[in-house]
Amino acid sequence: MLSVVLSIAFALVTAAIGLTFWRLLTGPDKPDRILALDTLYVNAIALLVLLGMHLDSALYFEAAILIAMMGFIGTVALCKYLLRGDIIE
Amino acid sequence: MRRWLPHPILTPTLALIWVLLANSLAPGHILLGLLLGWLIPVFTLRFWPEPVLVRHPLTLLRFLLVVGYDILVANLAVAWLILRGANHIQPAFVVVPLALRSELGISLLANTISLTPGTVSSWLSPDRRFLVVQGLDVADPEALVATIKRRYEAPILRILESC
Amino acid sequence: MLEITISVLILIGAIFTFIGSLGLARMPDFYTRLHGPTKATTIGVGSLLIASMIHFSTQDDGLSFHEVLVTLFLFITAPVSAHLLSKAALHLRIRSLSEPPPLVDAVDRDVLTNGEPLPRRSRAPRPNAHQSR
Repeated sequence: MLSVVLSIAFALVTAAIGLTFWRLLTGPDKPDRILALDTLYVNAIALLVLLGMHLDSALYFEAAILIAMMGFIGTVALCKYLLRGDIIE
Repeated sequence: MRRWLPHPILTPTLALIWVLLANSLAPGHILLGLLLGWLIPVFTLRFWPEPVLVRHPLTLLRFLLVVGYDILVANLAVAWLILRGANHIQPAFVVVPLALRSELGISLLANTISLTPGTVSSWLSPDRRFLVVQGLDVADPEALVATIKRRYEAPILRILESC
Repeated sequence: MLEITISVLILIGAIFTFIGSLGLARMPDFYTRLHGPTKATTIGVGSLLIASMIHFSTQDDGLSFHEVLVTLFLFITAPVSAHLLSKAALHLRIRSLSEPPPLVDAVDRDVLTNGEPLPRRSRAPRPNAHQSR
């Protein structure tokens, strides 16, 4: 039963990544694209967690933690760039 | 005391985070966590000059429960709005006048607003007196402001800034 | 029983993650798009992480709690990035269905151009951006 549910979840999260990617490519303004990148990293965490359960390996968590931290810092840096025109002042 | 243990709440929190990160309850990890929890606040004191004091623990607990419940309800509401499509929503900006003064209080309120009822805090005036909030489906802006002030700001004010 | 709990949590998480991205894709303007990812996606991933925590805790290598850390981290950072994105969008004067309050415009204009009106949807010129350093 778990494997069936995991397959459905994989399909849903992959569809979510597809939708986010579409917004990343078409999104009319810069904040839209940054928002899409932000959502993309959260979706990647979801995919990694599912993969960890599917393969029964806890190793994928280290990657998930790193993606969570780096993704957040990336979003903040990009927003700061839009607000100031500079990242490091 | 003030110099050697500037943030009594931060130390056990950091120790807890370290234990979670190491994913083990071995005494060595707990000790290392406590050491880090003591050293990090001492060395980063300049970033947080104001001391953090929690005055009414029961109010804090009730506030956390209310926010947790609201997060669940708000998520169902937002999911429903997204599924129904864009023709049924009335997005609007509302301006919330703030009674909170401390940085921690304002950031706590802004984060709570972003996580809860179909609203995202989007702009704080430079004098920190107004918070601009974006609502996904706002039928009555004044009612929204009143709800935010009563449900979230009043408890935070009581917890962090009452005398 | 345990397997059912984990399966339900995974399904809820995946559905919410999907709805968040759906909101990102189909909402009409930037500020409404912001709501899907900040709320639905965060709780979706949180639900998946809790499912994984139960899954790994009930296996033989003992308890596994560091998923809580990722969940907490996401719940703390999601509002911060939403606030920053929204602030950047207000600063850039992104097209919007709802009119931003005049307060924002007034303060932004005073800060950036000493009272000159700004053209919509274009970056404000920054007076003395380079000389002042």
